[in-house]
Amino acid sequence: MESFDEALNIRPHGRSVIEIQDITKRYVMGEEIVHALRGVSLRIHRNEYIAVMGPSGSGKSTLMNMLGCLDTPTSGHYQFNGKNVAEMDDNELAEIRNREIGFVFQTFNLLPRSTSLRNVELPLIYAGINPETREEMAARALQKVGLADRMNHKPNELSGGQRQRVAIARALVNNPSFILADEPTGNLDSKTGGEIMGLMETLYQQGHTIILVTHEADIARHARRTVHLRDGLIESDDYLPLMETEFVISSP
Amino acid sequence: MRRFIYEISESWKIAVAQMGSNKMRSTLTALGVIIGIVAVTLMGTAISGISIGFDKSMAIFGDDVLYVGQWPWKRVDDWWNYRDRKKIKTEYAEPINRMIAATPRSNLTVAVPTSSVYRSVKYGDGEVNNVLVRGTVSDYVITSTFDFKEGRFFNELESRGGANVCVVGYDVANALFPSASPLDKSVLINGQPFKVVGVISRQGTFLGLFSLDSIVVMPLPAFQKYFTAKSEADILVKVTDKTKLAEAKDELIGIMRRVRGLSPEKKDDFSINEQQALKSTLDPIKNSIAIAGLFITGLSLFVGAIGIMNITFVSVKERTKEIGTRKALGARRRTILLQFLIESTALCLLGGFIGLALAFLMCFLIGVGFPSFPVHFSTDLVVVSMVVSVLTGLIAGFAPAWTASRLDPVAALRYE
Repeated sequence: MESFDEALNIRPHGRSVIEIQDITKRYVMGEEIVHALRGVSLRIHRNEYIAVMGPSGSGKSTLMNMLGCLDTPTSGHYQFNGKNVAEMDDNELAEIRNREIGFVFQTFNLLPRSTSLRNVELPLIYAGINPETREEMAARALQKVGLADRMNHKPNELSGGQRQRVAIARALVNNPSFILADEPTGNLDSKTGGEIMGLMETLYQQGHTIILVTHEADIARHARRTVHLRDGLIESDDYLPLMETEFVISSP
Repeated sequence: MRRFIYEISESWKIAVAQMGSNKMRSTLTALGVIIGIVAVTLMGTAISGISIGFDKSMAIFGDDVLYVGQWPWKRVDDWWNYRDRKKIKTEYAEPINRMIAATPRSNLTVAVPTSSVYRSVKYGDGEVNNVLVRGTVSDYVITSTFDFKEGRFFNELESRGGANVCVVGYDVANALFPSASPLDKSVLINGQPFKVVGVISRQGTFLGLFSLDSIVVMPLPAFQKYFTAKSEADILVKVTDKTKLAEAKDELIGIMRRVRGLSPEKKDDFSINEQQALKSTLDPIKNSIAIAGLFITGLSLFVGAIGIMNITFVSVKERTKEIGTRKALGARRRTILLQFLIESTALCLLGGFIGLALAFLMCFLIGVGFPSFPVHFSTDLVVVSMVVSVLTGLIAGFAPAWTASRLDPVAALRYE
């Protein structure tokens, strides 16, 4: 496991975590063939904060599923930390998702009957980590998102914002290569949403790589780089000029 | 391997939590398994109870005794072939004993004649009906295993002389002499007085059907003097070594043929019986209990399995999003398969435990209500029930669990 200091040393543009080249994805829906992605190439580096935007039907969700290793492309290359994802089987993909990706969902997706601690422990169970270490790591992750005093609460005893923090702690607990957040503020009021984006910012500052999938420009503005999709193709890929980013005045 | 263990323990916790939050649904679903386990357990209990009851009942006769009689101790379809056989006579005991004594290293020890009728026994105002009255010789005590509550068996002198003495069974003594000792009192059988010299300690019932304690034993000459009409005679022959029962039986057949004067081409016109043969007469009873039990068990387990399969499908449907989430977090197909298999198995085990508890309670109540009815609750049955429960769970859960494990994570996550 890599320490955060090490990760900090190689920012902002160190090794590339994700390298996709000319990815396409076709679905057969009834009689019709849907071209969700028509040839997308993207390179994402360690400790980037990138927002993927686009209207519905743009291929945004499909791209997110590819990046999250939930799905494999019809054609093209997907290199993840140098490994070819396109050729992986179900179990290998599960392993990559478990160790390298931290998912944050719009609907939080917590297990309703488990406490925060047990929810955060879940990825560690699948990683085969022993119970003592598991609890320790889960507690640490919850501390990081400011929920040290809510470890034994169940989701229905928590507010929306707190639930999303538990979900973020769960995404962090395995120290993944990147966090993939799908509309993380979609189910929250704007104030709570702001707090969650603040937490994302902190994580980015601490050296995490964040991929944010959203259709809200307000939310996308928090990222340092924005990729716009339209009709299954990348329309634009912009780095935010340093001048505009009031957050980037941070640790050296 | 370690990951596998963690996944299993995690799945167990989920399964238990699931059942805890759906108590009513889980119990109703497990009903089929509950009935199945109750059926299989009660069946097993009845079968082993019968065997044990039989062994207990037969202990009084001893397993080292051969019985020479007119009829074999088993059901015969050609009863007419046996009906016309010559009766067994008590007088055979004497030539048999002579031949045993003349045979060096004989497998037989001693032959004892018995002859029995059913009569009423009276004392004062008291009367006991349908008592087995048996005439025999003093050696009878060697072939039987009973103990004496008080007194003794009649001695050789009384035996030969045909004294009017008798030994009474526990029930007879209890009914006629509720408070006093029957020793040296005279009971009336057929209007004849017989002095009681001993009381046999309690033997219990034969399979709970009839009492072995409703008996009076007296010397054979006395018996023959008063009860010859309609008496059935048997010769009991004690074996030297009960591991050589077959050899002993062959020897006895030879002796009996000589007693009866049968020429070599003639068939035996008598039957040599043993306790073990009687035991096999119980097999049809046991078999029909087993068939009925297995049928009920099979049917209820089948219905139960379908119920559990159905509820597991419902559970998979309800928790599609959870399955998607788990897959996103790194659960493999195997993990999901295992989780739902364990859930259906846990349900079946729950049913198994409830079923066992019910069966145990029933056995207990039967034992309290009808103490003479043989019930026996064995650990084997617990093991069998658990194995059956687990198997039912695995079979019932497989199809839904397989479906769950094959879900596409993207579709599952999107499911509302």
